[in-house]
Amino acid sequence: MTNQEALYIYLLRLGDNALLNGHRLAEWCSRGPFLEEDLAMTNIALDNIGRAQAFLKYAAAIHGKGKTEDDLAYKRSEREFYNHLITELPIGDFAYTVAKQLIISCFDVLVFTDLSNSKDETIAGIAAKALKESRYHFVHARDWSYRLGKGTEESHRRYQHAIQDLWMYTGELFEMNEVENILLQEGISNNLQEVKSNWINLIMPILQESSIRIPTVDYMQTGSCKGIHTENLGHILSEMQYLQRAYPDAKW
Amino acid sequence: MNTTLAFNSFQEKLDKDFNIEPKDVMPDDYRKHLIRQISQHAHSEVIGMQPEGNWISRAPSLRAKQILLAKIQDEGGHGLYLYSACETLGISRDELIEQLHEGKAKYSNIFNYPSLSWADIGAIGWLVDGAAIVNQVSLQRTSFGPYARAMVRICKEESFHQRQGYEIMATMMSGTKVQREMAQDAMNRWWWPSLMMFGPHDSDSPHSGKAFEWKIKLKSNDELRQKFIDKTVQQAEVIGLTIPDDQLKWNEDKQGYDHGEINWDEFKRVINGNGPCNKQRLDHHKKYHADGAWVREAAAAYAETNSKF
Amino acid sequence: MDTQLALWEVFIQKKSGGDHTHCGSVHASDSAMALQNARDIYTRRNEGSSIWVIPSQFVTASKAEEADMLFDPADDKIYRHPTFYVMPEGAKQI
Repeated sequence: MTNQEALYIYLLRLGDNALLNGHRLAEWCSRGPFLEEDLAMTNIALDNIGRAQAFLKYAAAIHGKGKTEDDLAYKRSEREFYNHLITELPIGDFAYTVAKQLIISCFDVLVFTDLSNSKDETIAGIAAKALKESRYHFVHARDWSYRLGKGTEESHRRYQHAIQDLWMYTGELFEMNEVENILLQEGISNNLQEVKSNWINLIMPILQESSIRIPTVDYMQTGSCKGIHTENLGHILSEMQYLQRAYPDAKW
Repeated sequence: MNTTLAFNSFQEKLDKDFNIEPKDVMPDDYRKHLIRQISQHAHSEVIGMQPEGNWISRAPSLRAKQILLAKIQDEGGHGLYLYSACETLGISRDELIEQLHEGKAKYSNIFNYPSLSWADIGAIGWLVDGAAIVNQVSLQRTSFGPYARAMVRICKEESFHQRQGYEIMATMMSGTKVQREMAQDAMNRWWWPSLMMFGPHDSDSPHSGKAFEWKIKLKSNDELRQKFIDKTVQQAEVIGLTIPDDQLKWNEDKQGYDHGEINWDEFKRVINGNGPCNKQRLDHHKKYHADGAWVREAAAAYAETNSKF
Repeated sequence: MDTQLALWEVFIQKKSGGDHTHCGSVHASDSAMALQNARDIYTRRNEGSSIWVIPSQFVTASKAEEADMLFDPADDKIYRHPTFYVMPEGAKQI
């Protein structure tokens, strides 16, 4: 694998994570528990889709041959997506979404802190902006974590359940393969093993403060770095890509 | 100099074109009329999120997806500004939502129509928001302060909505044959309901009389409708869309378009609950309101035990 | 009893150094949420550099019917304005 190839896959991964997370969060639009929270979710969704656009645009430029960010978002198939499995999981109830966002935003804050010092200036630029956004997403998720964890019996039960269900998807956040190793050497990407211990130090006290038991799981899900996904992704893409696929000649 | 801020009466303040503010003494009927009108306006913004929300997951580009999402978020924000304005009249948002769910409060009829293709997103932005903004611009000078201020903010933010809708229509009209057909089809379905948004003719508008006296309403339904038609016909022609009204023609004397008669039977039928999506829209709102109850309870309970103002 | 959470008044400072101006209200269960909601709702277009939120229940407003008593007495105190005073001819303004 050449450095260029590694960079392309890496950018797809960063872009796809943001795209799928944003796409899912947008499902809250008109479905929030109250109007203010509906708008808050939309803001986080918008940050993510904007971020996806930036990373995929750069990926398209690396790919060359006149590809655009929309080609990458709308014309790849399931096996060519590299987003973490957790991003494509359904939004579930509000507790499930808060749990997802806490896990993801803790990870994002740490990753974009590192990447804002990437030797690749374009990545560093996007990461610096993403870091500001993610810090806000983190605070939003953290505060809701406290409220749900210590709110009512029902909210605690739902939130505990969500954290339990999602925990097996946290393992692959820190997986490193050839792509990451090549780019780490180049000073472009970061060391996900280091991120892992920081992530644990960041999320554990929040879960404890939320009166949530830390789950133990026997098995961590994996696959997205090879483009192997949950069954959810196919359904998301068949919806998301519908117009582009049904009318390939059309410009929108 | 006499800059006195005290008015002998509600009427004097109104006559001198000062805004009525929440703490002012006001006739009971004025308050009731405002609550009805502002809450209907707020509910319309919120229910209006649904037909557009129907296309977020299918928006055909990353740019389109962001624009649509931001626009729907604005509608939610506008609903919120309006609920805020309404709450200054001494009614809570709980009560307002309850009135909506019980069918005591209405929302704009237009949102009882389905959004069936991507072109409908264009038509909603261009026609529905275009019609709404004509109305809202005139309401910026309405007599109740919080309502007027909410309108100023809303008009400022809405200015991009109509444009993005028109852009979608223009792009589709310069696209493939299928796209042009989609755009014309959306135009055909949304034109007449958009004209109905301005309400009945002045001659049979039941609430207008007092609303004019109280300076809540400043322009009549027909005046506003005419304004909308005149500015929209030209925009349709520029991109090659046909207005689905064979009686539409320029009237040199009045310097405006004459148009065919609106189907008021349909208008009444939909207002009374028998439109394509009335039940669906209300059920959606009820369902997610009910689904969110445990979240609101948890937040309130947490605040109680960890009381931090 | 269902709740839409407590009402908070929102004040936004547009630019650092300026006044915080009232711009509306939000519902929230606590101050952290009120701040976040105000941010998400009233500063979507870069309108803010600082936000205050205050529980609406703690706002005390003057009564409209007392406006004459409260504000009219200041009307004739023209000696509080610099233009009231006569400057000797030729004197420079400070």
